[in-house]
Amino acid sequence: MKRQKWINSILLHVIMIPAAVLFLLPIFWMLISATKADNQILSATLSFLPGTSLADNWLELSDDLPFLRSVFNSVGIAVLYTILATLISAMGGYALAKFQFVGRKYLFALIVATLTVPYAVLAIPQFILVARELRMSNTWWAVMLPGLANALGIFFMRQNMLSVPSELLEAARIDGASEVGIFARIVLPVVKPALAAVGIILFLFQWNSFFWPLLVLPDKNAYTIPVALGTLVGLTRVSWGGIMLGTAISTLPFLVMFLFLQRYFIAGITVGATKG
Amino acid sequence: MRRSLIVDAPRRKKTRLYLWRRLTPYFFLSPFFIFFLTFWLYPIIWSLVLSFVNTRRRPWTLDWDFNWLRLVNDSFFWEALRNTFLIFVGQVPMMITLAVLLALAFNSDLLRAKGFFRFAFFAPLVLGAVPYSAVFQLIFNGNFGVANYFLNRLGIESINWLFEPVPALLTIIIAVTWRWTGYNAIIILSGLQSIPNALYEAARIDGASAWQCFWRITLPLLRPVLLFTFVLSTIGTLQLFEEPWLITATGPGGATETLLTYLYKQGFRSFNFGYASAIAYAVALIAAFLSFLQIRFVGARDE
Repeated sequence: MKRQKWINSILLHVIMIPAAVLFLLPIFWMLISATKADNQILSATLSFLPGTSLADNWLELSDDLPFLRSVFNSVGIAVLYTILATLISAMGGYALAKFQFVGRKYLFALIVATLTVPYAVLAIPQFILVARELRMSNTWWAVMLPGLANALGIFFMRQNMLSVPSELLEAARIDGASEVGIFARIVLPVVKPALAAVGIILFLFQWNSFFWPLLVLPDKNAYTIPVALGTLVGLTRVSWGGIMLGTAISTLPFLVMFLFLQRYFIAGITVGATKG
Repeated sequence: MRRSLIVDAPRRKKTRLYLWRRLTPYFFLSPFFIFFLTFWLYPIIWSLVLSFVNTRRRPWTLDWDFNWLRLVNDSFFWEALRNTFLIFVGQVPMMITLAVLLALAFNSDLLRAKGFFRFAFFAPLVLGAVPYSAVFQLIFNGNFGVANYFLNRLGIESINWLFEPVPALLTIIIAVTWRWTGYNAIIILSGLQSIPNALYEAARIDGASAWQCFWRITLPLLRPVLLFTFVLSTIGTLQLFEEPWLITATGPGGATETLLTYLYKQGFRSFNFGYASAIAYAVALIAAFLSFLQIRFVGARDE
């Protein structure tokens, strides 16, 4: 019996290890190509060792576009967006979980229902609204505004707020604490892990977002990293080393973070699945 | 006069407090609600209206069947729909099967070094569509890509991945599978972990094999989770944009044109908002219909 278990385990690893290597290959290839010159990347004799053109690739990358500016835009937008959207989700989730008010049930059902609406339906009116009527193209706000009401975020926050004991809130009210004070000093600290999970997912969503920023950021100086890289990929004469360096810069922080914060990432990913 | 003032002051304070207490939930909800109304509810209705508007001419005029009639007769739309459907059929069932196998492996105590495997299969989740599309374009380069390098090593001739219709679709399918298998595996794994162990123990006492356990216990109990991943993948596939846009540039000759790349071209290259809205609502209707079918056939016995 024990021997059988051993054999099964080895068999499992014989399948899983090559599969894992195959899955890691694109990431490995991205990192290694970031250090190579184009004639090494596109060559008949492929090398799986790093090259020596990292610095040249950086020059190539910032030659075509103000790439440092894109990094700045991406960081600024993602940080601001995450703070605002997480706070808005937490506030809304708190109201939906801990208060009785007219229309609560319907509003919650409506929010959950919009989770199933394809984004395609929203893109055009959002574009007319933000770019044509509010004339916000090429600003950080144009990128952030439509996503500030995140249905998944409020849904997840509500589920977590349900477990905050109501007695705790009542006790604080009797002690004369203000409603805002209760939210900031009692509720938020209790749901910190949920805030972290939502924050990570929202940050990642905004950081990687391409379709919408592509629409509202036509100016080179306003590009975020995905828009900048997406434009480079579309050009006929491209520096692959430069592009791979750009992709490495935009993903490496998350790969490292993923190693340490797996638990929060996975909590965020299974947000929608928790309702079963 | 004086007496009533003394009595009134606390009472007035009390009513104010009461009113504030009643308004509190609205206060907390208002930021979300304002953005939700402006950027979600209003656009959902607006784009439905736009799909009935002729936006080819100024001023825009209401014309009920202008866009929808064009949609029905537009061969480019049907081709985009066909391509999207081919990707869906080729990709989603395979990916969900892989995700189930992966989740089973992660749930098994036979697997060692789980941290390594977790990183290998779940790391694609943090990659954005643009970075991974760029890498895949490089890997599937017809002349010098790694994919062909390995094929040659196995004695198979190089494939012109990006510039022939079927290989181009295959490239998209492989890319999407690479990116999303881990995501689905995580969801399925959470479903696996919620199956009570006692069920398996009871089955083992009755002499059931591992194979029987899988088909009789695991799979039926996973059904709601599988349904969820299927519906999500359906909506996702119907909205495929970055991969065909960046890896194959919707080519060759429109072979990887998808519904959303076509919508993008109509809406934001030709700025024909009315027609693009009709395409968007067609996507929504197809998504709703497919989700309905899946819920009907996969989830029927649940309630």
